[in-house]
Amino acid sequence: MDKKYGAYICTGCGIGEALDIEGLTGAASENGMAPKSHEALCSAAGREMIQADIDNDGVNTVVVCACSPRVMKNEFNFGDDKITIRANLREGVAWSLETVTEARGEDVVKEYAQEKAQDYVRMACVQAKKTELPVPFQLETLNKKILVMGGGIAGLTAAKAAADAGSEVTIIEAADKLGGKALGWRKQFPTKAPWTNLEEPTIAEMIAAVEADANITVKTSTEVARIGGAPGAYKVTLKPTGTKTEWDAPAKVGVDEQDAISKGKMEDPNTGLQKYTAVDPAAEDFGAVVLATGWNPADVSEYEHLGYGKLDNVVTNAQFEKLAKEGKVPANVAFIQSPGAEENDNDFPYCNSVTSMVALKQACYVREDNAEGKAYILYQHMRTPGNMEMFYKGAQNNDGIFLTKATVTGVEAEGGGLAVHMKDTLLNEDITLNVDMVVLAAGMIPTTKNKPTINLAYRQGPAFLDLDIFDGYADSHFICFPYETRRTGVYACGGVRKAMNMEETIDDATGAALKAIQCVESADRGVAVHPRSGDGSYPEFFFQRCTQCKRCTEECPFGALDDDEKGTPLPNPTRCRRCGTCMGACPERIIGFKNYNVDMIGSMVKAIEVPDDDEDKLRFMVFACENDAYPALDMAAMRKLPQNALIRVIPVRCLGSMNMVWIKDALSSGMDGVLLLGCKFGDDYQCHFVKGSEIADKRMANIGETLGSLGLEPERCAARQVAINEYDKIGDIINEFVEEVIELGPNPFKGF
Amino acid sequence: MTDERSAPAGAVLVVGGGISGLTAALEAAEVGKDVFLIEKNPYLGGRVAQLNQYFPKLCPPSCGLEINFQRIRNNRRVRVHTMTEVKSVSGGPGNYQVTLESKPRFVNNNCTACGACADACTDEIDNAFNFGMNKSKAAYKPHDMAFPMKYVIAKDACGDASKQAIKDACKYDAVDFDMQAKEFTLDVSAIVWATGWTPYDATKLENLKVNSSAAIISNMQMERLASPNGPTGGKILRPGDNKEPESFAFVQCAGSRDENHLEYCSYICCMATMKQITYIRSQYPDAKITVFYIDLRTPGKYEKFREKVMADANVTFVKGKVADIIAEADGGVTLVAENAVTGDKVSAKVDLAVLATGMEPNAKGQAAALGLATDGNGFILGDEGMSSCGCAKKAADVVTCTQSSTASAMKAIQASRRSV
Repeated sequence: MDKKYGAYICTGCGIGEALDIEGLTGAASENGMAPKSHEALCSAAGREMIQADIDNDGVNTVVVCACSPRVMKNEFNFGDDKITIRANLREGVAWSLETVTEARGEDVVKEYAQEKAQDYVRMACVQAKKTELPVPFQLETLNKKILVMGGGIAGLTAAKAAADAGSEVTIIEAADKLGGKALGWRKQFPTKAPWTNLEEPTIAEMIAAVEADANITVKTSTEVARIGGAPGAYKVTLKPTGTKTEWDAPAKVGVDEQDAISKGKMEDPNTGLQKYTAVDPAAEDFGAVVLATGWNPADVSEYEHLGYGKLDNVVTNAQFEKLAKEGKVPANVAFIQSPGAEENDNDFPYCNSVTSMVALKQACYVREDNAEGKAYILYQHMRTPGNMEMFYKGAQNNDGIFLTKATVTGVEAEGGGLAVHMKDTLLNEDITLNVDMVVLAAGMIPTTKNKPTINLAYRQGPAFLDLDIFDGYADSHFICFPYETRRTGVYACGGVRKAMNMEETIDDATGAALKAIQCVESADRGVAVHPRSGDGSYPEFFFQRCTQCKRCTEECPFGALDDDEKGTPLPNPTRCRRCGTCMGACPERIIGFKNYNVDMIGSMVKAIEVPDDDEDKLRFMVFACENDAYPALDMAAMRKLPQNALIRVIPVRCLGSMNMVWIKDALSSGMDGVLLLGCKFGDDYQCHFVKGSEIADKRMANIGETLGSLGLEPERCAARQVAINEYDKIGDIINEFVEEVIELGPNPFKGF
Repeated sequence: MTDERSAPAGAVLVVGGGISGLTAALEAAEVGKDVFLIEKNPYLGGRVAQLNQYFPKLCPPSCGLEINFQRIRNNRRVRVHTMTEVKSVSGGPGNYQVTLESKPRFVNNNCTACGACADACTDEIDNAFNFGMNKSKAAYKPHDMAFPMKYVIAKDACGDASKQAIKDACKYDAVDFDMQAKEFTLDVSAIVWATGWTPYDATKLENLKVNSSAAIISNMQMERLASPNGPTGGKILRPGDNKEPESFAFVQCAGSRDENHLEYCSYICCMATMKQITYIRSQYPDAKITVFYIDLRTPGKYEKFREKVMADANVTFVKGKVADIIAEADGGVTLVAENAVTGDKVSAKVDLAVLATGMEPNAKGQAAALGLATDGNGFILGDEGMSSCGCAKKAADVVTCTQSSTASAMKAIQASRRSV
């Protein structure tokens, strides 16, 4: 678009008192903009002033020099066809003035603040010039159909929920009929108040509702061979359960593996398979996927003292349910919840709170089938959270159900039955119980633990990444955003993401169906999904200069980039979350967004005025994650905590988008140090893009070497982790870095 | 936001702006629905805004709230009304008429959050956000991350001189002491109840004598004490005398799993205690901690966290319910319980006792007046046009709340689809 600029300076909220507005005006004028000032730009009168320029003079790019871009967003939104750029003078300068000391008097503090503010005005003007309006990405053809993988309670619920919201749905099930594990249940947990009574299974009604729905196609004995493509345009190859086809999803072959294969040092694991980029002409089109493939019963034979596999009548809860469904259960049964003997008091692994409930349910079967039946539940901790407590309470009132905390030390055959030995019981003594059967509370292993399951035909491989963090569950690490995984367009629910009861599964699956629809609708509008929901920008590539280094394809946390034979990236914008990690990765700097790119940020860095002969006025570039570090800086300012006056802060979408050339830009323009502030990483990562801050940290290790070869101390660049609530610490983190660099002395290249 | 336009056809009303309501509203809006999000407090974020960290990641809840607030700023389909409650609901699925009332904020949309009003204000009120553990000015910003970022004035707490000073201090004509409560009606096709919870009133637990000593606090108060933006700047100090405690006790199931109080399990308290032990440990490396519990409900992925906490040699876990708490002359308290395994009577004298108080649904007591069906404990049951989510539906952790809230967004979309 033909840009017409309008720059505006707010003098309210202390900006006018702290800063010389004439000086700020001058900084904008250097960039050919003649700013107008207003005492409260966000007020109706202030906004009318801007609107008048838009209406009368055709201004379409507005530079607002006022408060932080995090606030007053709607007030300064002049329509989707206008660009607004913000210079943060309030939180960034006026509210975070340095403390006046003997060493640094009032005049100096003012002078430093003025220089900082003028730089922010310059940077905003340059940003305005380098920003273009995003044009949302549109798929050539978009398919809105939802694929539900798995025909158990989770899958049936998701399919019906999506269909009821108007979507077309295909549900596939590996077995020869719908229903999953619930088909084998004799009774189900209570789902409503008073929460005390087992219910007749409702699975038959759920299946009937799905089968009767005209919007749902059911395919049993069917599995996914591969899912290629991207949200809104998935290409899915289905196949009969258990068969092998040339369209099965290929295993991941990384750069090193590819090298080994071509040198004959390694066998190609994908021999006989179609390339992951090949498109199956017979594939079905889908828009999004709900993964509801559930779980498998855990093997419990490792707990030798419990006798599973050696003693008759030591069974798992899954086997006991089958017995109960098919006929009568024995009269004296012990249910063991915790296998650790004296070593620990944990439940069996992969249990969550479900197996406590299962034991209570199955204890009821013992009572139903035997007038004199006795069920013993031996637990370390009964896990019946929330309303399930009432069911537990009900069982406690059942005369034939005995519950005790117990450390089970062994199970032995004795007189035709079984003897269960235990310690530390609530009866304050060691006890041996004689029973007909022992039931072990085996856990529920998610299908994603041992197999890729989702079978994506992606450059980064067929499975979800790094599920080890979640013990193999297809779970999210985000407490606030539990549906977000590293594969856009695929939403997991039910037992594949957590051992959960039916009530929770139904909610979870209903939510997953919504996320699938939301993803397709977002793709239709050409905008991003979480966490940059609604963002219409997307990364564009200037392929003529691509050197096929594969860094972007390897580093994208969401696997958005495939590649061709040569290694040239094949972008899939509807998989993309717009973090810019690809842009940060690219050594050729050929990746950028219309409103966020290497040139834009680099130009902003170069817009900073760096005094070349004043040892007191060193300059430090700070790149701060806009999601956590930048809000922390804002909050520090709201508390009027001083911020170092030598720094200039640029918010970035994610530290992953940090292109290292910006560091060179800063140092070559004479700045003395560069600090990156990003989210915590590691197993408990807080990065909204999963890997951004970690990747930036790795890149920093490499840039240290580069700096060394230029004769610059590696210590001039650093990355620090900071959480959003550490506004009380962020000032010190910055000061510490600045002090360290001051010790090194000014950048030797200053002035060149 | 706070847009007074009449409801677009097929709009959804979400009642409650905590993590559950925010989630339901945003998930629906990002599919393309118009949503009204109302909240009775002057800010969004609800209970989680008061938490220092989430378990088990020990990450700050404000991190997720920031993203959610950005989502609202970027989505014009969500219209937010704070200080607003539902007065009545009529009509039925697909076609509800909801009457709402907004209380006066005494600060209008001109507010820039500059803080001059608070500087000028000479009156103070109990800081409700910090459970009354400190005071705030009567012209105040509810908390650092408040959304909307606007001040509020407790007009009744202000003397005439203070009012005049506040009015004079505001350069933006944002203070309006004549502001009145305002009633308005919305036509919506579906309603999501995300009205959340309140910590159980510990004064009802007579044996725990919460009013007998400043050394007995609730776990929610502990969250505020540990928060950098709390009454003590994040330092865990005993209320009253600001002593640095050398010993702590946690009383699990304070109200929960008790037919005389809350018959259900409140789901989060075991993990909340494990988490709070990490707060204590990071500030007091040698403090002795005793936990009295019935069962440790830290299932699934929480088990690793429990193991880490229980490996601490200075933390003792006693299976047994606390029968009595006795205030001591030195400002501490003695807790008395029976160890369920050994049968021994045990007592622990500590500097600070934390009650792991249960969750009581906010709808309890109000639901009947609004014609909402509940399960007998005050948790809201759904129907064809209305659904409940988060802790309005059942006691749950944040992950489970956001799941059920996303489900509620779906149910609202289905309901509004049926209506057209």
